Amino acid sequence: MVEFKDYYQVMGVARDATEAQIKQAYRRLARKYHPDVSKEKDAEARFKEVGEAYEVLKNPEKRAAYDQLGANHRPGEDFRPPPDWNSDFEFSGAGRGGADYSDFFESLFGAQARAQSGRRRGFHPDRGEDHHAKVMLDLEASLTGGSRSLTLRMPEIDAEGRLASKERTLNVQVPKGILPGQQIRLAGQGAKPLEPGKPGDLYIEVEFQPHPLYHVDGRDLSLELPVAPWEAALGASVKTPTPGGVVELKIPPASHAGSKLRLKGRGIPANPPGDFYVILQIALPPANDEKAKAAYAAMAAAMPFDPRAGLRL
Amino acid sequence: MSPTQDQVLQGILVDESTLLSIDDLCRICAIERSHVVAFVEEGVLEVAAVDAEEWRFRGGALRRARIAARLQRDLELNLVGVALALDLMDEIERLRRDLQARR
Repeated sequence: MVEFKDYYQVMGVARDATEAQIKQAYRRLARKYHPDVSKEKDAEARFKEVGEAYEVLKNPEKRAAYDQLGANHRPGEDFRPPPDWNSDFEFSGAGRGGADYSDFFESLFGAQARAQSGRRRGFHPDRGEDHHAKVMLDLEASLTGGSRSLTLRMPEIDAEGRLASKERTLNVQVPKGILPGQQIRLAGQGAKPLEPGKPGDLYIEVEFQPHPLYHVDGRDLSLELPVAPWEAALGASVKTPTPGGVVELKIPPASHAGSKLRLKGRGIPANPPGDFYVILQIALPPANDEKAKAAYAAMAAAMPFDPRAGLRL
Repeated sequence: MSPTQDQVLQGILVDESTLLSIDDLCRICAIERSHVVAFVEEGVLEVAAVDAEEWRFRGGALRRARIAARLQRDLELNLVGVALALDLMDEIERLRRDLQARR
């Protein structure tokens, strides 16, 4: 059983909207929710919904067929296509190949849409299509390499020829040094070929989850390291975490907030490896007892320092 | 349970040292040669090398070509619009990284 979808509601148009109005609504919504452009949380799901609605409403034949049903159904209601469904309609125009339609759409237009997209593309029947997915990885996977268990949602054609999305989990050896936006190719993990032959490959685009310590900029990493004012002023040797482990870092005298210290080649181990930057942050000791206050007072007396000199007051 | 669940699959890195032919790019992204040619002419994709009169693209072209093809198809953008959108998306990405670094 599938739920009835109100495509007019999805598109935010009236039932008697003109083709031009539908097109306009689609373009506005598509720009808003396009997964490549939008940062809205449920952009991908919304975009699919809008694309599906447009697929039906822009096509006069599909729209007429849909309207015939629509009169008797409410959104969310259980829905089963009538037995004589679409016997009178002939659908033309290619669908969006490989798109992930809802069960509702599939139950109405599934077979036609796919047959058309298959014909349109028709590359090599003996070579399965390549699949694509996107995953969030921890930075450590790239720093050290190692295997990760990845759960992907893949479109799959079931026994009845319907397109369904299925979860599958793969254990993948992540290539050391992979950078955000790069891809991992898994040979033979794409779609099966239509005729006997070679399966397609699976391409996984990688993004990193935010890291608690390090900030990623291409292949470089950076860390904000808090230091005491005297460590910055007089120089010091302090412990700092780096991707390769804790190291003793020399802070040169007369450093200031925002001073950048570079540890060459200690960033992401790509080819060539990135660098690791330590950005100094001056942490102010609290003046919460008499001794501390006296020390601040002594500094004020000893140093003719005007922090607002640049403001021309 | 699929047999792949237990074994560890060896991932191959597609990076800037990977060179892809125009046929690779078409197959992987499920686009036509004419799209790739148009993308190159508009500067959306960069040809990294020419080998035996065949174009070669770096690994990064994969992601760019797919986004370009999607924008073109889904938003009905023309090539100039696609090129502009991609440039702006790169710029936004860069600014976002900067912003994060400042926080």
